[in-house]
Amino acid sequence: MGLTGFFLITFLIVHCLINSMIFFNDGGETFNHWAHFMGSNLIIRTMEIGLFAFLLLHIFQGLMLWSQNRSARPVRYAVNRPEKNSKWYSRSMGLLGTLILLFLILHLYHFWVPSRMGGIGSIHELEPASLSTYSGQEVHNLYNEMLMVFRENLWVVIVYVLGVFSLFWHLLHGFQSAFQTFGLNHKRYTPLIKGLGVAYSTIICIAFASMPVAMYMNWVS
Amino acid sequence: MEHYHMNLTLKIWRQKNSNAKGNFETYKVSNISSEMSFLELFDVLNEQLIAEGKEPIAFDHDCREGICGACSMYINGEAHGPWSKNTTCQLHMRAFKDGDTIVVEPWRSQAFPVLKDLVVDRSAFDRIIQAGGYISVNTGNAVDANAIPIDKKDADDAFMAAACIGCGACVATCPNGSAMLFVGAKISQLALLPQGEPERETRALNMIAQMDKEGFGNCTNVYACEAECPKGISVANIARMNREYLSAGLNADTK
Repeated sequence: MGLTGFFLITFLIVHCLINSMIFFNDGGETFNHWAHFMGSNLIIRTMEIGLFAFLLLHIFQGLMLWSQNRSARPVRYAVNRPEKNSKWYSRSMGLLGTLILLFLILHLYHFWVPSRMGGIGSIHELEPASLSTYSGQEVHNLYNEMLMVFRENLWVVIVYVLGVFSLFWHLLHGFQSAFQTFGLNHKRYTPLIKGLGVAYSTIICIAFASMPVAMYMNWVS
Repeated sequence: MEHYHMNLTLKIWRQKNSNAKGNFETYKVSNISSEMSFLELFDVLNEQLIAEGKEPIAFDHDCREGICGACSMYINGEAHGPWSKNTTCQLHMRAFKDGDTIVVEPWRSQAFPVLKDLVVDRSAFDRIIQAGGYISVNTGNAVDANAIPIDKKDADDAFMAAACIGCGACVATCPNGSAMLFVGAKISQLALLPQGEPERETRALNMIAQMDKEGFGNCTNVYACEAECPKGISVANIARMNREYLSAGLNADTK
């Protein structure tokens, strides 16, 4: 759980950095360039397979934990006050993870599927507006795809913000938890790790949530 | 604090034996002193039940001074009741008010089957200790005390881990029913000291294998155990156990 979590945490940094390039407000030129790089570079494409494998493994491990931990307490307490000893989001990682997965299915359908499989008869073939020219090479206009998904689609924006909100709580527990799993608990470094986890979760999630909102509100064009 | 008396309603888990289906029974007690301990409340209630010709409530207790780890009640939704770093026997009735309803349940865990009423079988902990919670010593005369120099910090950390009384509140409190705080403490107290060195790796592997075999859940770092532990055992011990397990696993030549 910790190992796959670390990998996904690293992935989110890259994902967030590249997506933040929409805020250059250059009609998505920089963003499209890097999105094209991520979609065409052989090393990145190989890592993408690893990413899906780790994501599936993370989900599988989560389900294993859930089922084993459920059977560890067949008779539940009639009166229980977990709020006195632990954080709600630490106890709700399975629920938060499920919400993130539901969001992720929609998210992949919106962007990953058209950009990776567009060439083989999906919405991009029918949508000539999603192709633009950049530095002499054809790249997918993923930026335009973002605009199409978010502009004037309030419910999509709401679902995305809620998805990122679930991610925030999931990371808030997961970041520091991954270090503990690997045995890194130290008087001096653990408070630092916990602080870093809060900063990481907050920055990543505010950045992600601001993207659909900015597009909906016409802050970037 | 001023001494006062109270009338209470108690909802207590009654279960004939491990195979029987248990249920809550409601009892009324009156004129309970705020200076009584929680177990003295049970003594009063049991005398009342015996006088009425009813079966007294079975509960675990021994030293009644907070050091043996026998008492094990889940009181109003918390292991050892509302006070932190405290055992059931050291919980005093001044934690409650006149007219309160108190719900008392046994530890709930697959690995701790209820034997009767509030008594659970915690021999799973004994089997984990038997799997590796010991050290090898030479026979013959006892070695002089303090013959082996030990760093003050290691001695302190080992002592803090050794404060575990094995009551099982960590398992009872953990939303996953995990025993990793207990096992982490027991592995740590020996891993930190030179005396624990000979069996260091086999200890980590064997104790964790036994813990899994007993049917405890897995740690997801919720840290409820640390918050409810009557001895304040730190989850740093779980991290140390993870390190011990990782390095022992990498070094092991079998499996």
